[in-house]
Amino acid sequence: MSTVANRPLPRRRLWWTVSDAAAVTKRNLYRYLRVPPLLLFSTIQPIMFVLLFTYVFGGAIQVPGVDNYIDYLMAGILAQTVIFGSTQTGVGLAEDMTRGMVDRFRSLPMARSAVLAGRTMSDTARNLFVVCLMLVVGTLVGFRFHAGVAAAFGAVALALAFGLAFSWISAFIGLSVRDVESAQAAGFVWVFPLVFASSAFVPVESMPGWLQTFADINPVTVTVDALRALTLGGPVTRPLLESLAWITGILLVFVPLAVNRYRRAAG
Amino acid sequence: MSEAAIVTEDLRRSFGPIKAVDGVDLAAPAGTVLGLLGPNGAGKTTIVRILTTLLTPDGGSARVAGFDVVRDAAALREVIGLAGQYAAVDENLTGRENLDLVGRLYHLGRDEARRRADEMLERFDLTDAANRTVKTYSGGMRRRLDLGASLVGRPQVLFLDEPTTGLDPRSRFSLWDVIRELVGDGTTLLLTTQYLEEADRLADHIAVIDGGRVIAEGTTDQLKSRVGGDLLAVRVVDRARVAEVAEAVADLGSGAPQVVAEAGEVSLPVREGTAILAEVVRRLDAAGLDISDLALRRPTLDDVFLALTGHVAEVTGEDGDGPEPPDRGRAVRPAKLRSSA
Repeated sequence: MSTVANRPLPRRRLWWTVSDAAAVTKRNLYRYLRVPPLLLFSTIQPIMFVLLFTYVFGGAIQVPGVDNYIDYLMAGILAQTVIFGSTQTGVGLAEDMTRGMVDRFRSLPMARSAVLAGRTMSDTARNLFVVCLMLVVGTLVGFRFHAGVAAAFGAVALALAFGLAFSWISAFIGLSVRDVESAQAAGFVWVFPLVFASSAFVPVESMPGWLQTFADINPVTVTVDALRALTLGGPVTRPLLESLAWITGILLVFVPLAVNRYRRAAG
Repeated sequence: MSEAAIVTEDLRRSFGPIKAVDGVDLAAPAGTVLGLLGPNGAGKTTIVRILTTLLTPDGGSARVAGFDVVRDAAALREVIGLAGQYAAVDENLTGRENLDLVGRLYHLGRDEARRRADEMLERFDLTDAANRTVKTYSGGMRRRLDLGASLVGRPQVLFLDEPTTGLDPRSRFSLWDVIRELVGDGTTLLLTTQYLEEADRLADHIAVIDGGRVIAEGTTDQLKSRVGGDLLAVRVVDRARVAEVAEAVADLGSGAPQVVAEAGEVSLPVREGTAILAEVVRRLDAAGLDISDLALRRPTLDDVFLALTGHVAEVTGEDGDGPEPPDRGRAVRPAKLRSSA
């Protein structure tokens, strides 16, 4: 029994944490290769939203100071897409729990954080793919970046970071409810008011007063405002800092909560 | 090796008011097979989950390969393999990718992980299916792949939780062969099962578990001798009169007769088996009790379980260690155990 002597040094342990998370990320991404309809349908929905909002509501919704509704809309759709996408994190984890994969992972000498890190990373990668595709479709129907290339990349990065933060909330929910259907339902309910009672599709000023109060402090509003500044132009600093503060705050709360849930996940 | 590969002392674990594991002592010397035999809900899976660090015990202690399950959990995981009740393989990966993933997570390194994956595919007769997604695999193939995954890291101690539950007989026999081979390699194995035959065939030492406790242990032969000699089994045509049969033959046995009312069967432990057959027939005839079957046989583990617990061993389609399904009360010669008390 000489294994005690082989315990990893701190640096090797860090390397393994990264390598384990990468192995799990790769495993999760295989799913999209093997089940093409999955990627197709998770892509179709946001694209449908781009087209529906542009052509159905675009004519009716007048945003003061904006000529082209799609330019206004794109920031909102970006935020909505990454949030909806991140709800899948909990579903994937619940699936792994019910199918015994989590038990297998927890019995292996792998890093404890790797299953969650791998899952949130693969969902972020999927979000990146969907966001790029949406931008292409958006561009085809008239969307343009107005604030330069750096700001455009910034917008994509911010949207992904926002999605990553929501992935950890979703992970916590998925590990708490533990079954796939509940994770699916529970993962979606709470994001609707967040996404729609925000500046994503209409100006907050057009809402009734009591709703404005909620919409103003809503992290989605803050992030959409930052994304809008990065895509349309305008003052960026304040909404960007507020959004980053929300992202940091969410991660600080939900990463430990989710990891704790995972450790104690006794099926 | 001064210490057994698996040792538990007064191991305890409750879920709310339910004492799933209630003071269990086990010991398995290195290179042996310990069988945990018991019905659904007996606590077998909970014991396995504690020993593989998936659950922490509420009390007592357990060591696997010299590592404490709580204090040395991380080091312990490096020397064990686990195949749970459900094949924990990813349907969307190929067989090879599944094994490769597990090898990477055992930190074998890229080349070694790949080599081990190939070895396991070969050993479990999956080479032809290696590049197909697991979705296309049969139940038996999934179990074999799962078993392969549990062996990728060359574990010193292997845990198999009901490895053949839900498999057809042919797959079960072939899996038994594989397991026997493994043990020949010096791996210590802890196996849980509801199948009496499985424990009988594979285990060196059997612990019978019921209600979270070890109610008996020993070798198969030792357990069988607990019943005391041969068994005389009488089945009566009119089930309602089964008690009369028991009464008529009671004083001929070396122990009390066991009655399985639902089956109309009485089994009686006897020392001088053949000598009393004629006497049994005579008495039953005199009492006007028609019998449909009369047999003298060596005891099976079913009989041991019955003698130990007073529960009827019974066929059940249920998997897992979940709550007991409602009693359906039939079946005479079970393949699987379930307590019906």
